[in-house]
Amino acid sequence: MDSLNHLADGFAIALTWQNLLLAFVGCFLGTLIGALPGLGPSNGVAILIPVVFSMGLGATPALILLTSVYYGAMYGGRISSILLNIPGDEPALMTTLDGYPMARQGKAGEALAISGIASFVGAFFATWGLVFLAPQLVDVALLFGPAEYFAMFTLAFATLGGVTSSNQAKAAFAAAIGLSLAFVGVDGQTGVPRFTGGNVHFYDGIDFLIAIVGMFALSEVLVFIEERGKAHSHSTQPVTELGRVIPPWSMVKQTSGAMGRGTVLGFIAGVLPGAGASLGSFLAYTLEKKWLGKKGHFGKGDPRGVAAPEAGNNAAAGGALVPMLALGVPGSGTTAVLLAMLLSLDITPGPLLFTNNPDVVWGLIAALFIGNIMLLLLNIPMVGLFTRVLRIPPYYLMPAVAMISFIGIYALTNSTFDLMLMIGFGVLGWVLRKLSIPMVPVILGVLLGELMEKNLRRALTISDGDMSILYGSPLAVGFLTVAVAGFVAPIFMSRYVNFKKLKAEAHNDGTSD
Amino acid sequence: MSDRIFGGIVLTVSLLMMWATTLIEESFIQDPLGPKAFPLVIAGVMAVSAVVMFFKPDSEPEWPGLHKLLELVATVGVFIAYAQILPIAGFVVATIFATAFLVWRLGGAPRQSIVGGITIAVGIYLVFHFMLGLNLAKGPWGF
Repeated sequence: MDSLNHLADGFAIALTWQNLLLAFVGCFLGTLIGALPGLGPSNGVAILIPVVFSMGLGATPALILLTSVYYGAMYGGRISSILLNIPGDEPALMTTLDGYPMARQGKAGEALAISGIASFVGAFFATWGLVFLAPQLVDVALLFGPAEYFAMFTLAFATLGGVTSSNQAKAAFAAAIGLSLAFVGVDGQTGVPRFTGGNVHFYDGIDFLIAIVGMFALSEVLVFIEERGKAHSHSTQPVTELGRVIPPWSMVKQTSGAMGRGTVLGFIAGVLPGAGASLGSFLAYTLEKKWLGKKGHFGKGDPRGVAAPEAGNNAAAGGALVPMLALGVPGSGTTAVLLAMLLSLDITPGPLLFTNNPDVVWGLIAALFIGNIMLLLLNIPMVGLFTRVLRIPPYYLMPAVAMISFIGIYALTNSTFDLMLMIGFGVLGWVLRKLSIPMVPVILGVLLGELMEKNLRRALTISDGDMSILYGSPLAVGFLTVAVAGFVAPIFMSRYVNFKKLKAEAHNDGTSD
Repeated sequence: MSDRIFGGIVLTVSLLMMWATTLIEESFIQDPLGPKAFPLVIAGVMAVSAVVMFFKPDSEPEWPGLHKLLELVATVGVFIAYAQILPIAGFVVATIFATAFLVWRLGGAPRQSIVGGITIAVGIYLVFHFMLGLNLAKGPWGF
């Protein structure tokens, strides 16, 4: 089959010493970033992007590094969930529900191992899903004209508030802010400056990197400073006894059903634009609980309660890559950040990615398989290493994060103005988090605003001003319909599930993945 | 209440944006939509969402008390000072002070702050400058 041939080529690309080393570093860093509460996959990837640029890495190695970080974070999040009852990142929230009770019962090592295996299974099958599903979407590429691209971007924005969004007005506002930021600069089509206020620094537009690092990393530091000493900060006793680290075979067999179902659900959740790894783990846990009914004892340390969400979130991470690579529509917050990186490397994800840059895509997918195996090896025997790292106090960690953000940006631009702009974004990010305004649409707006407007204007130039071209083709109509449905759906869904309460427990603030 | 205030602010911003859009010059290269149309649409979306936020506010977030607020302002002040001083004093020196301050405010004892500040600053310098080859600010002493 075609896909398998491409995959074989991809392995040839991925199996160089440099790429393997980068995959390893990415997996290690990702696990660390995921494990440490306060740093999540989106922040972690965001901080590393300027570093990656300054190192002058090419597209494939950079993508391998950052996606390994992404996958690694899905593994790492469970460590502090199980040991500290604090989710390392939002997708790991569900793992606390059964993971911590297991740890209190002295079965921490088994919990860590089962979740590690579940993560592996989830990611493994999701990556196969990526191999087969993405090229199918690409075959649709020839049907894409500017009107279809515009409809697709509208879909991306409409759904990126997320299925779990509680307030669509805020999501719409976030998207509007992001797009407005994208307007700043010299207009591509006509050459006139827009919203620059005569300031030369703005003629080139606002660099999305500055927005991303400021809004994700710096605002995190500000939030941390604010929450220090608050009542709900981490007064649970950390579990230090690990017990057995390799799980008994019977437990693996017992949880295999949960892993399988979690994987399927997670993958589907990940593929949907706007829904990411958090939804994947949430769906997997809740539906597994319903499936088992009386047979399970979820909430009291049932290993299936650990296996299902972990398989779910890893599968969703893999699934989220499908729309990002095949359509250029991010499937989650972190893939939005990855999209940022691809765009700045001059690689446009979307239907033509597989034709124009097959080496990048297939090299990446091959590296994901390799990375997955590395992560399994890192996480099962070496989990003790990571637990020791968890003891680093946050008052050392957060300043380091802040400083790395600064030098990352400064190394790229050598401009104090850009640093000030980044600080401004940090404050903006803090305010937005306070008001529960999702940040991902803002980032997406800054990233895709230019493309979206360009396609709109191109479409209208082709039709000579006739607006009907925007809903002329069935594909465009399809996208726009799903966009409307996706925008309206959360308003109905919020009546059935109380997402607000769940999010409040997870220190979620719009940086969701 | 916060949402209402914010809604009001956003409404003002969107009106300002619409005004700023009218300032955009027309160029002789013109496409049917023009440089003004899409910004106006987006400003409109912003205005609508502001009105919705105004009429359907969410529950009130927890704003920090005066003490915390001052801390946050001080932190932002340190960030700004850091950004200004970086090209003048060089990376290592500026980072030591900024990091020490942050560690101190985040809960470290004064001794821990200084030690932490130096370790982190020097550590970052070694990893990023020597190992990864990044271009860090050069101060009067060469680092």
